[in-house]
Amino acid sequence: MTKPATAPSGPPSGDAPPGDAEPGGSPAQPQSSPHAVPVARSARRFGDLLFSGAATLAGLSIVVTLAAVFLFLIGQGFPAFTADAEDLPGEQNFAAYVAPLLFGTVWAAVIALVVAAPLAIGIALFISHYAPRRLAQGLGYLVDLLAAVPSVVYGAWGIVFLAPHAVPVYRWLERYFGWLPFFDGPTSATGRTMLTAGLVLAVMILPIMTAINREVFLQTPRLLEEAAMALGATRWETIRMTVLPFGRSGIISAGMLGLGRALGETLAVAMVLSATDVITVNVISSTNPATIAANIALDFPDSSGLAVDALIASGLVLFALTFVVNYIARVIVARRREFSGANA
Amino acid sequence: MSKRIEVSGLDIYYGKFKAVEGVDMIIESRTITALIGPSGCGKSTFLRSLNRMHEVIPGGRVTGKVVMDGEDLYGADVDPVNVRRQIGMVFQRPNPFPTMSIYDNVIAGVKLNGRRRMKRSELDDLVEQSLRGANLWEEVKDRLHRPGSSLSGGQQQRLCIARAIAVRPAVLLMDEPCSALDPISTLAIEDLMQELKAEFTIVIVTHNMQQAARVSDRTGFFNIAGTGQPGKLIEMDDTSVIFGNPKVKATEDYVSGRFG
Repeated sequence: MTKPATAPSGPPSGDAPPGDAEPGGSPAQPQSSPHAVPVARSARRFGDLLFSGAATLAGLSIVVTLAAVFLFLIGQGFPAFTADAEDLPGEQNFAAYVAPLLFGTVWAAVIALVVAAPLAIGIALFISHYAPRRLAQGLGYLVDLLAAVPSVVYGAWGIVFLAPHAVPVYRWLERYFGWLPFFDGPTSATGRTMLTAGLVLAVMILPIMTAINREVFLQTPRLLEEAAMALGATRWETIRMTVLPFGRSGIISAGMLGLGRALGETLAVAMVLSATDVITVNVISSTNPATIAANIALDFPDSSGLAVDALIASGLVLFALTFVVNYIARVIVARRREFSGANA
Repeated sequence: MSKRIEVSGLDIYYGKFKAVEGVDMIIESRTITALIGPSGCGKSTFLRSLNRMHEVIPGGRVTGKVVMDGEDLYGADVDPVNVRRQIGMVFQRPNPFPTMSIYDNVIAGVKLNGRRRMKRSELDDLVEQSLRGANLWEEVKDRLHRPGSSLSGGQQQRLCIARAIAVRPAVLLMDEPCSALDPISTLAIEDLMQELKAEFTIVIVTHNMQQAARVSDRTGFFNIAGTGQPGKLIEMDDTSVIFGNPKVKATEDYVSGRFG
């Protein structure tokens, strides 16, 4: 309770400390004039109005920004939806044009998430529950630093280091796991494959996911962990009974943020992936689908007319995709709301 | 299955700070032992040292002996996890697992590794038996698969007791189990303790002296000389003696409300 809020209802005398009674004090201290109760009231309302107005404005700005982007994408991309096939790049209709890109985007992001999510949970658990305190602090700091590395650096690392070093591994995968459609081969000689792109994306989204998971795991109520330990749970059982279920919605949120970044990542994929116009789940060959964002970045400078419209329309598809992904995440979180850790 | 515990020369530390000093105590089987004393006197700390929950706090350590069944619980080859499987605990604030149903809360302990795999029907029986044991069955039998956090505070605390007794411990430690509850829920839990006493050794820490006088057979009084000093067990005797005719002046002052 703040002073201005209580002053008008209290007795007018004796309530104001001497310092506040100085004439010409700042208008933020209405109790400086004890008789002007209505003025004090409206001054308080002014503060309320100011803050509720500012908060509403901030809330609206996000809606307006999203709407503006959406309208731009619709307006600029619309011609591509209705254009004749022969006018579009690749001389195919828009659906056929965007399908491999959409597939490549989702595929690369899924690979990244499948690799990064368990790692992020593991690192976060190590930092929050296993490492000695000093080591945990250092590691946490390191992870936060990794999140600040620009994507062009990851892209360069992917091309120069990861791709060539991955080739022998891919050969091995083709040889022993070639019966899986993912490793059907033939192995790319450069290593600039979908799997390499997915791994680079995984490294990129790992820090933010780890950081969120770590914060969520640290929020587990001590009392719940003690309840599990008092039942005779080992460290791992305690984590499985309390920390992981308690952090479930946070883990999902971390995954969604990582997925969102992987879906939209442009530069690193554009640098690493050697792309053609195909749909394939084979992740180690030299024919890979591009991703929407990388395709826009690579083709935009050389495009004009309808080709630009097609690129922007593909951006609209990416926009819609992220909405769908977030919606699914919300449904998953909401489905077990009454069993949420927030009820602890 | 109820067991007796002998504590001798127990010192309890938080890092370098000695919180409790030189406790010798015998906790009899099939009795309720109450620990009373002013705040900060180390009675909760002592209670937590009985099932090795004290050492989960960073810096928490203990010297001395806690012997149950002829075995020192602080022996070099004793796994604290196994100690806690035999000595259960109920906490001050009800803490059912919010992500589990009532049913799953009760069987949380028996589902841990190293325990016998149980059939569905056996689990159903165990849940009913434990919830009946905690006087909660009639209230929740129609909603076993609702979240544990949907219950009232008193029901949650009885759920926690059901969870603790479902693993058939030898000893049940209760750390101010009623301090967050209303008088009716408190009464329900006190009645329950009288029933549980037939099967379990119970040690309860309480700030409520009427409660200690009502429920316990033996009472131990802890006190501290001053801030920063370690807490000590001042006197331990039958409850009627502690509240009627204590030998130590400080005990008499405390139980008669002249102090603390």
